[in-house]
Amino acid sequence: MRYSLLSLISQALKGNTGWKPVWREAELKPAYDVIIVGGGGHGLATAFYLAKVHGITNVAVLEKGWLGGGNVGRNTTIIRSNYLLPGNTPFYEWSMKLWEGLEQDLNYNAMVSQRGVLNLYHSDAQRDAYARRGNAMRLNGVDAELLDRELVRAMVPYLDFDNARFPIQGGLLQRRGGTVRHDAVAWGYARGADQRGVDLIQNCEVTGIRVEGGRIVGVDTAKGFVRAGKVGLACAGNSSRVAALAGLRLPIESHVLQAFVSEGVKPLVHQVITFGAGHFYISQSDKGGLVFGGDIDGYNSYAWRGNLPTIEDVCESGMALMPMIGRLRLLRSWGGLMDMSMDGSPIIDRTPIEGLYLNAGWCYGGFKATPASGWCFAHTIARNEPHALNAAFRLDRFATGHLIDEKGVGAQPNLH
Amino acid sequence: MRIDCCHCGPRGNEEFVYLGDATLERPPADPAAPLDEEARTRWHDYVYLRDNPAGPHRELWQHVSGCRAWLVVTRDTRTHAILKVESARDVALARAVFGS
Repeated sequence: MRYSLLSLISQALKGNTGWKPVWREAELKPAYDVIIVGGGGHGLATAFYLAKVHGITNVAVLEKGWLGGGNVGRNTTIIRSNYLLPGNTPFYEWSMKLWEGLEQDLNYNAMVSQRGVLNLYHSDAQRDAYARRGNAMRLNGVDAELLDRELVRAMVPYLDFDNARFPIQGGLLQRRGGTVRHDAVAWGYARGADQRGVDLIQNCEVTGIRVEGGRIVGVDTAKGFVRAGKVGLACAGNSSRVAALAGLRLPIESHVLQAFVSEGVKPLVHQVITFGAGHFYISQSDKGGLVFGGDIDGYNSYAWRGNLPTIEDVCESGMALMPMIGRLRLLRSWGGLMDMSMDGSPIIDRTPIEGLYLNAGWCYGGFKATPASGWCFAHTIARNEPHALNAAFRLDRFATGHLIDEKGVGAQPNLH
Repeated sequence: MRIDCCHCGPRGNEEFVYLGDATLERPPADPAAPLDEEARTRWHDYVYLRDNPAGPHRELWQHVSGCRAWLVVTRDTRTHAILKVESARDVALARAVFGS
């Protein structure tokens, strides 16, 4: 069913009794051209672009839980392309361009809202760093504006500008950044892939990866063995565990990141705002809750929940930025599993096993990358070689020294 | 999460900082040895590759807001349950004497 104003009106007149399920309950076939392991945002986007761009439709997406139940349903919904380094900037900008056309592309309302992302700076050195970042962005055709203190004040007068320790001196603004309704991204890609013939198989954990003579032959699943010409892994958070089924050891640690939402209030925060003196980012959902987050907890975890010291730290950063949120009650907090890579950048590449492809290492920036990640991973799988946009996200870059370390902190995953 | 420091007793995890996997073996740093393919692979694996298990994980923590000692903590990454805490010094000495 194509969604349109007409379909909305006709369904309204029928008392909303005619809506159909958004995707089929597909039966697992014995063999596929391509199997994508992981039915999250990146896996579903990969399946969609495999079908749409490359015409490969004999594809299954295998998901151990339910579609979109992992990090695509657990993030703070921010999209932006304000990256500094050459390997990153064009990739994330392509993602932003895909976000801009996403809803028309999918015929699905993902509530893409380009409300602007404002990164605050609090010192002369930080202003210089942001000016450099903004210049790098503009050289790559990305929008960036360096704002002084008064321009920021006109935009967000309620911040603590005269904070004794971290006075706000200005900010770097990307107006095309913003937020997207995260679940709708998973559902929209799932629907688009399903309509093009992709089988979406839920509750189907992959328990083994079969390799013969250095070539992939298929995967063992909770529903039996499935033969496959190619297999793509898109299961960030659990990449190490799934790749270990094929005997691969990855440059990744799994860490827990917590996110938070306050009780709903009237429209207050009209942009995405980040605090430059700590790690804190905040936006407001359309339901009115303030959605915010900060650092990862900092230790290996598969527990899907974090600890209280991090919650305290995030809330302290929030209070330093906008003291008025101290009167708000925290409604919920939750955790997600992050593939923390050794340089803070992702991996979209072939593996040493012929026919096995890896999409991993998204740290806690995977959501904004969803469209470009799927697009580039589909290209890499279909053509058996990376696209220019993901050519830098190689698995062997740690051996060759071509690291992409935006923060410059080295091989210490909990610091990225 | 509370870590039972061998020197200070149980303390909240905010008193500790985390380094990571305690089972990694640092290749011998012999300046005279050639940096051949095998040595490069060993260093690459040591610096960049991790087992990253879901389950018991031996890892290094430092009690920075306490005794400042390094600890080897065995912790279940699925539940955050702490199974064992040892002094990193004792672990290193045992490894030196008895091998890992």
